Amino acid sequence: MRRRGVDRRPHDPEELVLYTAATTRLLAAAGESGGGFKAPTIAEFFPGVIAFEGTLFEFNRIMLVRVIGAVALCLLFWAASRRVSLVPGRGQGVAEMALDFVRVNIAQEVLGKDSRRYVPMLTTLFFAILAFNITGVIPLLNIAGTSLMGLPLVLAAWVYVVYLAAGVKAHHGVGAFLKSNLFPPGVPPVLYLLITPIEILQVFLFRPATLAIRLTANMIAGHLLLVLSFAATQFFFFEATGAIKAIGALSLAAGFAFTLFELLVAALQAYIFTLLAAVYINLSTEAH
Amino acid sequence: MADSTILAEVVGNVATIGYGLATLGPGIGLGILIGKTVEGIARQPEVAGQLRTTMFIGVAFVEVLALLGLIAGFLFPSA
Repeated sequence: MRRRGVDRRPHDPEELVLYTAATTRLLAAAGESGGGFKAPTIAEFFPGVIAFEGTLFEFNRIMLVRVIGAVALCLLFWAASRRVSLVPGRGQGVAEMALDFVRVNIAQEVLGKDSRRYVPMLTTLFFAILAFNITGVIPLLNIAGTSLMGLPLVLAAWVYVVYLAAGVKAHHGVGAFLKSNLFPPGVPPVLYLLITPIEILQVFLFRPATLAIRLTANMIAGHLLLVLSFAATQFFFFEATGAIKAIGALSLAAGFAFTLFELLVAALQAYIFTLLAAVYINLSTEAH
Repeated sequence: MADSTILAEVVGNVATIGYGLATLGPGIGLGILIGKTVEGIARQPEVAGQLRTTMFIGVAFVEVLALLGLIAGFLFPSA
Protein backbone atom coordinates (compact mmCIF):
# COMPACT_ATOMS: atom_id res chain seq x y z
CA MET A 1 0.00 0.00 0.00
CA ARG A 2 2.95 2.31 -0.30
CA ARG A 3 2.64 5.36 -2.44
CA ARG A 4 4.57 5.29 -5.61
CA GLY A 5 7.95 6.87 -5.57
CA VAL A 6 8.31 6.91 -1.84
CA ASP A 7 11.01 4.36 -1.47
CA ARG A 8 12.73 5.01 -4.70
CA ARG A 9 15.51 6.51 -2.65
CA PRO A 10 17.07 4.28 -0.04
CA HIS A 11 15.96 5.43 3.38
CA ASP A 12 18.94 6.03 5.54
CA PRO A 13 18.26 7.82 8.84
CA GLU A 14 21.90 8.72 9.29
CA GLU A 15 21.95 10.48 5.99
CA LEU A 16 18.78 12.40 6.78
CA VAL A 17 20.17 13.54 10.09
CA LEU A 18 23.27 14.70 8.35
CA TYR A 19 21.23 16.39 5.68
CA THR A 20 18.85 18.38 7.87
CA ALA A 21 21.33 19.23 10.56
CA ALA A 22 24.24 19.96 8.27
CA THR A 23 24.00 23.71 8.53
CA THR A 24 23.61 23.82 12.27
CA ARG A 25 26.40 21.31 12.74
CA LEU A 26 28.65 23.47 10.65
CA LEU A 27 27.91 26.41 12.91
CA ALA A 28 28.01 24.49 16.16
CA ALA A 29 31.30 22.70 15.62
CA ALA A 30 32.87 25.18 17.98
CA GLY A 31 36.45 24.31 18.63
CA GLU A 32 35.88 20.59 19.03
CA SER A 33 38.92 19.71 16.97
CA GLY A 34 41.06 22.75 17.59
CA GLY A 35 40.10 24.43 14.33
CA GLY A 36 36.66 24.59 12.83
CA PHE A 37 34.20 27.41 12.77
CA LYS A 38 33.53 29.09 16.10
CA ALA A 39 30.04 30.53 16.17
CA PRO A 40 29.58 33.44 18.54
CA THR A 41 27.50 32.76 21.62
CA ILE A 42 26.03 34.84 24.39
CA ALA A 43 29.27 34.19 26.30
CA GLU A 44 30.74 36.97 24.16
CA PHE A 45 29.16 39.41 26.57
CA PHE A 46 30.67 37.93 29.70
CA PRO A 47 34.42 38.26 29.21
CA GLY A 48 36.94 37.37 31.87
CA VAL A 49 37.47 39.57 34.89
CA ILE A 50 40.39 41.99 34.71
CA ALA A 51 40.52 43.25 38.28
CA PHE A 52 38.80 43.09 41.66
CA GLU A 53 37.68 39.51 41.10
CA GLY A 54 35.18 38.20 43.61
CA THR A 55 34.21 41.62 44.92
CA LEU A 56 31.20 43.72 44.09
CA PHE A 57 33.34 45.85 41.78
CA GLU A 58 34.43 43.17 39.33
CA PHE A 59 36.00 44.90 36.40
CA ASN A 60 35.95 43.31 32.96
CA ARG A 61 36.50 44.38 29.38
CA ILE A 62 33.03 45.81 28.95
CA MET A 63 33.42 47.95 32.06
CA LEU A 64 36.73 49.19 30.68
CA VAL A 65 35.02 50.05 27.39
CA ARG A 66 32.35 51.97 29.30
CA VAL A 67 34.96 53.95 31.20
CA ILE A 68 36.78 54.77 27.96
CA GLY A 69 33.51 55.81 26.35
CA ALA A 70 32.57 58.09 29.24
CA VAL A 71 36.02 59.69 29.39
CA ALA A 72 36.07 60.23 25.63
CA LEU A 73 32.64 61.85 25.73
CA CYS A 74 33.63 64.21 28.54
CA LEU A 75 36.91 65.09 26.81
CA LEU A 76 35.15 65.85 23.52
CA PHE A 77 32.67 68.22 25.12
CA TRP A 78 35.37 69.75 27.29
CA ALA A 79 37.49 70.40 24.21
CA ALA A 80 34.52 71.87 22.35
CA SER A 81 33.54 74.19 25.17
CA ARG A 82 37.03 75.21 26.27
CA ARG A 83 37.12 78.46 24.34
CA VAL A 84 33.51 79.33 23.70
CA SER A 85 33.11 82.36 21.49
CA LEU A 86 30.20 84.18 19.95
CA VAL A 87 31.42 83.21 16.50
CA PRO A 88 31.86 79.45 16.90
CA GLY A 89 34.98 77.69 15.72
CA ARG A 90 34.87 74.33 14.02
CA GLY A 91 34.70 72.18 17.16
CA GLN A 92 32.24 74.45 18.88
CA GLY A 93 30.11 74.50 15.72
CA VAL A 94 29.83 70.73 15.58
CA ALA A 95 29.02 70.52 19.29
CA GLU A 96 26.37 73.23 18.97
CA MET A 97 24.80 71.46 16.02
CA ALA A 98 24.63 68.19 17.96
CA LEU A 99 23.19 69.86 21.06
CA ASP A 100 20.72 71.77 18.92
CA PHE A 101 19.53 68.53 17.36
CA VAL A 102 18.44 67.19 20.75
CA ARG A 103 16.94 70.50 21.86
CA VAL A 104 14.96 71.21 18.70
CA ASN A 105 14.28 67.87 17.05
CA ILE A 106 13.56 65.89 20.18
CA ALA A 107 12.71 68.13 23.14
CA GLN A 108 10.80 70.93 21.42
CA GLU A 109 9.21 68.67 18.83
CA VAL A 110 7.66 66.41 21.49
CA LEU A 111 7.36 68.53 24.63
CA GLY A 112 6.65 71.92 23.08
CA LYS A 113 6.92 74.92 25.37
CA ASP A 114 7.37 72.64 28.36
CA SER A 115 10.67 71.31 27.03
CA ARG A 116 13.20 73.62 28.65
CA ARG A 117 13.26 71.80 31.97
CA TYR A 118 13.99 68.43 30.36
CA VAL A 119 16.63 69.47 27.82
CA PRO A 120 19.61 68.70 30.11
CA MET A 121 18.33 65.23 30.89
CA LEU A 122 17.48 64.39 27.27
CA THR A 123 20.84 65.72 26.11
CA THR A 124 22.68 63.59 28.66
CA LEU A 125 20.68 60.52 27.67
CA PHE A 126 21.27 61.02 23.97
CA PHE A 127 25.01 61.57 24.12
CA ALA A 128 25.65 58.95 26.78
CA ILE A 129 23.81 56.29 24.79
CA LEU A 130 25.45 57.39 21.55
CA ALA A 131 28.91 57.20 23.13
CA PHE A 132 28.30 53.78 24.67
CA ASN A 133 26.70 52.44 21.47
CA ILE A 134 29.41 53.66 19.18
CA THR A 135 32.13 51.76 21.05
CA GLY A 136 30.64 48.69 19.35
CA VAL A 137 32.16 49.64 15.99
CA ILE A 138 35.35 51.33 17.16
CA PRO A 139 38.36 49.10 16.42
CA LEU A 140 40.02 47.55 19.50
CA LEU A 141 37.03 48.36 21.71
CA ASN A 142 34.60 46.37 19.56
CA ILE A 143 31.82 45.96 22.06
CA ALA A 144 29.02 48.33 22.89
CA GLY A 145 28.95 49.54 26.48
CA THR A 146 25.18 49.20 26.32
CA SER A 147 25.23 45.56 25.24
CA LEU A 148 24.83 44.37 28.82
CA MET A 149 21.52 45.00 30.55
CA GLY A 150 22.94 47.02 33.46
CA LEU A 151 23.63 50.33 31.79
CA PRO A 152 20.38 50.59 29.80
CA LEU A 153 18.51 49.54 32.93
CA VAL A 154 19.99 52.44 34.91
CA LEU A 155 19.12 54.90 32.14
CA ALA A 156 15.60 53.48 31.84
CA ALA A 157 15.15 53.71 35.62
CA TRP A 158 16.15 57.37 35.44
CA VAL A 159 13.51 58.01 32.75
CA TYR A 160 10.98 56.00 34.79
CA VAL A 161 11.50 58.10 37.93
CA VAL A 162 11.47 61.34 35.98
CA TYR A 163 8.26 60.71 34.06
CA LEU A 164 6.43 59.48 37.14
CA ALA A 165 7.58 62.49 39.16
CA ALA A 166 6.76 64.87 36.33
CA GLY A 167 3.28 63.36 36.04
CA VAL A 168 2.57 63.63 39.76
CA LYS A 169 3.79 67.21 39.79
CA ALA A 170 1.80 68.22 36.69
CA HIS A 171 -1.43 66.77 38.07
CA HIS A 172 -0.86 68.11 41.60
CA GLY A 173 -1.00 64.81 43.42
CA VAL A 174 -0.64 61.07 43.03
CA GLY A 175 -4.39 60.45 42.89
CA ALA A 176 -5.05 62.88 40.07
CA PHE A 177 -2.07 61.52 38.13
CA LEU A 178 -3.27 57.94 38.41
CA LYS A 179 -6.84 58.93 37.54
CA SER A 180 -5.72 60.79 34.46
CA ASN A 181 -3.38 58.05 33.23
CA LEU A 182 -5.22 54.89 34.24
CA PHE A 183 -8.79 56.03 33.68
CA PRO A 184 -8.76 58.04 30.44
CA PRO A 185 -11.94 60.10 30.18
CA GLY A 186 -14.46 59.73 27.38
CA VAL A 187 -14.54 55.94 27.63
CA PRO A 188 -17.62 53.91 28.65
CA PRO A 189 -17.04 52.86 32.30
CA VAL A 190 -17.37 49.15 31.44
CA LEU A 191 -14.26 49.38 29.30
CA TYR A 192 -12.17 50.39 32.31
CA LEU A 193 -12.15 46.70 33.20
CA LEU A 194 -10.08 46.20 30.08
CA ILE A 195 -8.21 49.48 29.77
CA THR A 196 -7.05 50.06 33.32
CA PRO A 197 -5.04 46.83 33.76
CA ILE A 198 -3.39 47.41 30.39
CA GLU A 199 -2.57 50.99 31.30
CA ILE A 200 -1.18 49.93 34.68
CA LEU A 201 1.16 47.50 32.95
CA GLN A 202 2.06 50.14 30.35
CA VAL A 203 2.87 52.91 32.77
CA PHE A 204 4.60 50.90 35.48
CA LEU A 205 6.24 48.02 33.63
CA PHE A 206 6.27 48.01 29.84
CA ARG A 207 7.57 51.52 29.23
CA PRO A 208 10.81 51.27 31.23
CA ALA A 209 11.28 47.57 30.44
CA THR A 210 10.99 48.01 26.68
CA LEU A 211 13.30 51.03 26.78
CA ALA A 212 16.05 48.93 28.32
CA ILE A 213 15.36 45.76 26.32
CA ARG A 214 15.21 47.56 22.99
CA LEU A 215 18.62 49.15 23.47
CA THR A 216 20.32 46.03 24.86
CA ALA A 217 18.87 43.65 22.30
CA ASN A 218 19.84 45.92 19.43
CA MET A 219 23.41 46.09 20.62
CA ILE A 220 23.62 42.33 21.28
CA ALA A 221 22.22 41.58 17.83
CA GLY A 222 24.61 44.02 16.20
CA HIS A 223 27.65 42.64 17.97
CA LEU A 224 26.76 39.03 17.16
CA LEU A 225 26.22 39.98 13.54
CA LEU A 226 29.66 41.54 13.31
CA VAL A 227 31.35 38.63 15.12
CA LEU A 228 29.58 36.18 12.82
CA SER A 229 30.73 38.04 9.70
CA PHE A 230 34.35 38.33 10.71
CA ALA A 231 34.59 34.86 12.27
CA ALA A 232 33.19 33.42 9.05
CA THR A 233 35.74 35.41 7.07
CA GLN A 234 38.56 34.05 9.18
CA PHE A 235 37.22 30.53 8.78
CA PHE A 236 36.80 30.76 5.01
CA PHE A 237 40.18 32.33 4.39
CA PHE A 238 42.36 30.21 6.64
CA GLU A 239 40.60 26.90 7.20
CA ALA A 240 38.35 26.23 4.24
CA THR A 241 39.86 24.59 1.21
CA GLY A 242 39.39 25.05 -2.50
CA ALA A 243 36.80 27.29 -4.07
CA ILE A 244 34.98 27.83 -0.79
CA LYS A 245 37.76 30.24 0.20
CA ALA A 246 36.24 32.74 -2.23
CA ILE A 247 33.11 33.04 -0.08
CA GLY A 248 35.36 34.70 2.50
CA ALA A 249 35.51 37.79 0.31
CA LEU A 250 31.74 37.97 0.46
CA SER A 251 31.57 37.64 4.24
CA LEU A 252 34.35 40.21 4.62
CA ALA A 253 32.37 42.68 2.52
CA ALA A 254 29.28 41.86 4.57
CA GLY A 255 31.29 42.56 7.73
CA PHE A 256 32.21 46.04 6.53
CA ALA A 257 28.66 46.72 5.38
CA PHE A 258 27.31 45.66 8.77
CA THR A 259 29.87 47.89 10.49
CA LEU A 260 28.41 50.87 8.67
CA PHE A 261 24.93 49.63 9.44
CA GLU A 262 25.83 49.38 13.12
CA LEU A 263 26.98 52.99 13.04
CA LEU A 264 23.51 53.91 11.82
CA VAL A 265 21.86 51.70 14.45
CA ALA A 266 23.96 53.26 17.22
CA ALA A 267 22.74 56.74 16.34
CA LEU A 268 19.18 55.59 15.68
CA GLN A 269 18.88 53.80 19.02
CA ALA A 270 20.20 56.83 20.90
CA TYR A 271 17.60 58.92 19.06
CA ILE A 272 14.75 56.49 19.73
CA PHE A 273 15.58 56.10 23.41
CA THR A 274 15.68 59.86 23.91
CA LEU A 275 12.59 60.43 21.79
CA LEU A 276 10.60 57.85 23.75
CA ALA A 277 11.80 59.33 27.04
CA ALA A 278 10.39 62.67 25.88
CA VAL A 279 7.16 61.02 24.71
CA TYR A 280 6.69 59.27 28.05
CA ILE A 281 7.22 62.52 29.95
CA ASN A 282 4.72 64.17 27.65
CA LEU A 283 2.17 61.37 28.08
CA SER A 284 2.30 61.50 31.85
CA THR A 285 2.21 65.30 32.14
CA GLU A 286 -0.46 66.20 29.63
CA ALA A 287 -4.05 66.51 30.82
CA HIS A 288 -6.33 63.96 29.23
CA MET B 1 -1.12 -0.41 5.88
CA ALA B 2 1.00 -1.87 8.60
CA ASP B 3 4.32 -0.67 7.33
CA SER B 4 4.60 3.05 7.63
CA THR B 5 7.07 5.04 5.64
CA ILE B 6 8.85 8.10 6.85
CA LEU B 7 8.76 10.64 4.09
CA ALA B 8 10.94 13.18 5.78
CA GLU B 9 12.43 13.55 9.17
CA VAL B 10 13.42 16.80 10.79
CA VAL B 11 16.13 16.59 13.36
CA GLY B 12 17.44 19.55 15.26
CA ASN B 13 16.10 22.48 17.18
CA VAL B 14 12.93 24.31 16.23
CA ALA B 15 14.46 27.45 17.71
CA THR B 16 16.62 27.59 14.62
CA ILE B 17 13.66 28.83 12.62
CA GLY B 18 12.08 30.60 15.59
CA TYR B 19 13.65 33.97 15.01
CA GLY B 20 12.81 33.79 11.33
CA LEU B 21 9.16 33.42 12.32
CA ALA B 22 9.47 36.18 14.89
CA THR B 23 10.58 38.67 12.25
CA LEU B 24 7.58 38.10 9.98
CA GLY B 25 5.05 40.15 11.92
CA PRO B 26 7.31 43.10 12.69
CA GLY B 27 8.49 43.00 9.07
CA ILE B 28 4.95 43.46 7.82
CA GLY B 29 4.36 46.11 10.48
CA LEU B 30 7.43 48.11 9.53
CA GLY B 31 6.49 47.89 5.86
CA ILE B 32 3.03 49.32 6.44
CA LEU B 33 4.28 51.93 8.90
CA ILE B 34 7.11 53.30 6.79
CA GLY B 35 5.16 52.99 3.55
CA LYS B 36 2.29 55.02 4.95
CA THR B 37 4.69 57.64 6.25
CA VAL B 38 6.25 57.96 2.81
CA GLU B 39 2.76 58.35 1.34
CA GLY B 40 1.98 61.03 3.89
CA ILE B 41 5.20 62.91 3.22
CA ALA B 42 4.58 62.73 -0.54
CA ARG B 43 1.14 64.24 -0.07
CA GLN B 44 2.16 66.90 2.41
CA PRO B 45 5.90 67.53 2.40
CA GLU B 46 5.45 70.43 4.83
CA VAL B 47 4.67 68.10 7.75
CA ALA B 48 7.55 65.74 6.95
CA GLY B 49 9.36 66.45 10.23
CA GLN B 50 6.39 65.67 12.40
CA LEU B 51 5.52 62.54 10.41
CA ARG B 52 9.08 61.31 10.68
CA THR B 53 9.12 61.74 14.45
CA THR B 54 5.83 59.89 14.80
CA MET B 55 7.11 57.18 12.48
CA PHE B 56 10.17 56.61 14.62
CA ILE B 57 8.02 56.26 17.73
CA GLY B 58 5.95 53.65 15.91
CA VAL B 59 9.06 51.93 14.58
CA ALA B 60 10.36 51.63 18.14
CA PHE B 61 7.19 49.88 19.26
CA VAL B 62 7.16 47.48 16.31
CA GLU B 63 10.85 46.78 16.53
CA VAL B 64 10.74 45.75 20.16
CA LEU B 65 8.55 42.79 19.13
CA ALA B 66 11.21 41.51 16.77
CA LEU B 67 13.83 41.98 19.46
CA LEU B 68 11.77 40.03 21.98
CA GLY B 69 12.03 37.16 19.51
CA LEU B 70 15.80 37.51 19.59
CA ILE B 71 15.88 37.63 23.39
CA ALA B 72 13.62 34.57 23.65
CA GLY B 73 16.18 32.55 21.74
CA PHE B 74 18.75 33.28 24.42
CA LEU B 75 16.37 32.99 27.34
CA PHE B 76 15.02 29.56 26.37
CA PRO B 77 17.92 27.72 24.78
CA SER B 78 17.40 24.18 23.60
CA ALA B 79 18.46 21.39 25.90
